Amino acid sequence: MSPLLEVEEVTAGYGSVMIVHEVSVRLEAGELVTIIGPNGAGKSTLLKAIFGLLPISAGRVRLGGDVVTDEAPSRMVRLGASFVPQTENVFPSLTIRENLEMGAYQLSGGVGERIGEVLELFPELRERTGEQAARLSGGQRQALAIARSLMLDPKMLLLDEPTAALSPVRRGQIFERLMSIRERGVALLMVEQNAREALAISDRAYVLVDGRNAHEQPGPEMLANPEVGRLFLGLDSIEDGETDSGGA
Amino acid sequence: MDILQLVIVGMVVGSIIGLGAMGLTLTFGVLKFANFAHADLMTLGMYLAFFVVVDIGIVGPHVGPFSFGWGMILAVLFAWGGVAAFTVGVDRFVFRPLRRRGTDFLSIGIASLGVAIALQAVVQAVWGSAPLRYHSEIHRALDFAGGLKIKPDQILIIGLTLAMALALYLLLHRTRLGTAMRATSDNAPLAEASGIDTERVRIATWVIASALTAVAGVMFALQSQLRFDAGFEFLLLPMFAAVILGGIGNPWGALVGGLIVGISQELSTEWINTGFKPGVPFALLILILIVRPRGLFGSETQWST
Amino acid sequence: MLPLDALTPLAAEAPGLLPPLITFGGSVNWTVGFLTTAAIFAIAALALNVQWGYTGTINFGVVAFFGVGAYTSALLTLDAPGDFESYVGGLELAIPIGWIGGMVAGGVLALLVGLPTLRLRDDFLAIATIGIATILRSIANTQEGLVNRARGLNGIPRPLEDSANDLGVDYDLVLLVLTSLTLLVVFLVVRGATASPWGRVLRAIRENEATAQSVGKMTTSYRIQSFVLGGALMGLAGAIFAHRIGTIAPDSFDNLTTFLVWTMVIVGGSGNNRGVMLGALVVGFVWFGLPLIQEELPDFLGTRVFMLRRIAIGLLIIGFVLARPQGLLGEEARVSRFAPRGDGGGGLWPGGLWSRIRGQPGGGAA
Repeated sequence: MSPLLEVEEVTAGYGSVMIVHEVSVRLEAGELVTIIGPNGAGKSTLLKAIFGLLPISAGRVRLGGDVVTDEAPSRMVRLGASFVPQTENVFPSLTIRENLEMGAYQLSGGVGERIGEVLELFPELRERTGEQAARLSGGQRQALAIARSLMLDPKMLLLDEPTAALSPVRRGQIFERLMSIRERGVALLMVEQNAREALAISDRAYVLVDGRNAHEQPGPEMLANPEVGRLFLGLDSIEDGETDSGGA
Repeated sequence: MDILQLVIVGMVVGSIIGLGAMGLTLTFGVLKFANFAHADLMTLGMYLAFFVVVDIGIVGPHVGPFSFGWGMILAVLFAWGGVAAFTVGVDRFVFRPLRRRGTDFLSIGIASLGVAIALQAVVQAVWGSAPLRYHSEIHRALDFAGGLKIKPDQILIIGLTLAMALALYLLLHRTRLGTAMRATSDNAPLAEASGIDTERVRIATWVIASALTAVAGVMFALQSQLRFDAGFEFLLLPMFAAVILGGIGNPWGALVGGLIVGISQELSTEWINTGFKPGVPFALLILILIVRPRGLFGSETQWST
Repeated sequence: MLPLDALTPLAAEAPGLLPPLITFGGSVNWTVGFLTTAAIFAIAALALNVQWGYTGTINFGVVAFFGVGAYTSALLTLDAPGDFESYVGGLELAIPIGWIGGMVAGGVLALLVGLPTLRLRDDFLAIATIGIATILRSIANTQEGLVNRARGLNGIPRPLEDSANDLGVDYDLVLLVLTSLTLLVVFLVVRGATASPWGRVLRAIRENEATAQSVGKMTTSYRIQSFVLGGALMGLAGAIFAHRIGTIAPDSFDNLTTFLVWTMVIVGGSGNNRGVMLGALVVGFVWFGLPLIQEELPDFLGTRVFMLRRIAIGLLIIGFVLARPQGLLGEEARVSRFAPRGDGGGGLWPGGLWSRIRGQPGGGAA
């Protein structure tokens, strides 16, 4: 049985500038995998390339065994993938309901029921579906972005730093949501800066340095790996993590 | 009483500018570049209707008290189809390749300027330089209380503009396509990532904007004349002023902006020389750009750079 | 006929009549006249290149600065108004003072326009500058006692005309030499300015205003400086034009003049000073040369030659933006701002839709 997502030695970047070099990543069905690494390591670039938002110049991406290298995002969505960008991830002038409807644009019917199902996970949005997304707070926007990406019942969710710029409490809420999404059988591949908290809930993790694979290990083990902690997370970040451990 | 008459004429002119500006703001919002060919698309629309009514000669019996025959309905539909085909074609062969390449929006705007220059010259080459009319007979004004004179066509222009604005509202807020248009205007990359075929949304936007553009062009010709140089002479600046007054991508704002521009243009003649009239939309434009560059109704939900 | 057609003596005639330069001088005289016109336009194109090519400031009101320079120089050098004329000035000053006056006027207009508008979004600036041209034209056409309204200014003195007559030299040749020398000086000034550290700051602004701004709040100041330099040079071009042609009216200065200068810059290569001069020559040849073959064209085209050349200008703009965005010569040692932003680098503008779709490395390349 082939893995849900298989990224084989992918090289990608912007125009002629390659940022990711021969990176391989694997995601099994129902798994939560985190990619960590220093700033500029190419983590977000990798996600965008997988989802067809950036051209892949070498390597291969398979989804459910089929080659989907360089497929357009709209096709990736049809194949069961979904992507939550780091910023600008909601439609600000649309209402919450309309945002969710746009997430289900490829769905021909039953959008109303699907919105109800998805909002079970996000009760804070349920009462406000008529409001413009621009009025939401940062954490609520992030919740809406994730809710939007779930509308088509994807098999796999790609998340680009879902907790960036959020307070520790909000971060914890988002991570809890991600765990319950995984419990529903959705595989998650996420890029995270808040590595300590992310690793704690991850099945596995990859470290990316300078656009290349540097390390792969189960999440909790990587967290305990002193070398990884020193090299890639930085002692500071671990201490940071301990001060706001209420989060995860 | 003079003032009231000017306000009414201003509303007629403002409706035409506003309807054109609604089309312009729609493409500005979704396509994200200033289409300098928009006014000449209105010119194309008015001449395509002329082609049906005069060149082919489909006039038909008179429609009620108006200056034109039933053939005008066919003419307007033809004009819509022609403008839509033209814009979709230009998008396919000019704007889309630039978009794909990541050309900045200003350069796409400059390409649209090339379209404007060439299109205007083609219209002049085909239909000549002399101003034209759809119909030669005199269109009498109706007398209203207080000595007001309003032509039936003018009432139609105001009414049809409001009707089209309402139709556009329903389209944008009550249909899936309309929501997708607003979503693409808000955040095209996210729309694409959500599985919306944004290229199809853009084509639909051109087609819908073409309806507003063609009707506005025909209205302009009914209210004054068909003129090949109407775009740069009379339409472009007032429409952009209306769009910016209303906030880019906001059709209702554009309509209100158009009415403000039209009414102030006409009212200005009460106090200043008629020759300065072309300067009025510009003065409004500069004022709004300095005081409230996001437009009268601009808010954080408007897309911005 | 279109107002711009009055820009050259050859086009001042109604279509169908032979242009005067051809009738009495033959094609040599046409070439001399054409080169003089092309040199004037080359000055305007160099000026626009300072604003757009080097700084990325969009100016769709070139003709406003051109026209203000023309009118200022004319009013400074003309005789006092006659019985049926009504204009300010008529100071009978020397022509060089008129030219300097035209430059100053173009620069002052640029300052007045630039101060409130250069902070705006660039597409708004484009619209605002079209508006400047429109409003100035309507003032010139309407305001009594200012510039003689639509009747225009006549009998604008021609530089060195008396000396040429005294020496028995062909005046058109004198004018060509004078105009070419002025173009050479302008070229050296513009080249010096754009190659200087000042020019490098302009390019930095153009490439990435956000980064340039982080250096200080000076970008608006630099943009205004380049706008004023460009405006002054456009004013100079207008001044030379006025004295060359002898008669100007508000409708001589319509938007087509602006678009013609733009086409020259785009065809030649924005950001390349030699390129835009080449553009002035090539585009000028299409524009002013096309009417010459009117007789040779089949009737249905020949009678529409003035439309044909506008179609040609429009297609040149579209074609070059699409297929050769760097222009004929391309930008000296760098990629043109028209060129695809394949590297995803931030520009003055938010980047194309596609590059936005494909992510902005600023926040995303982590």
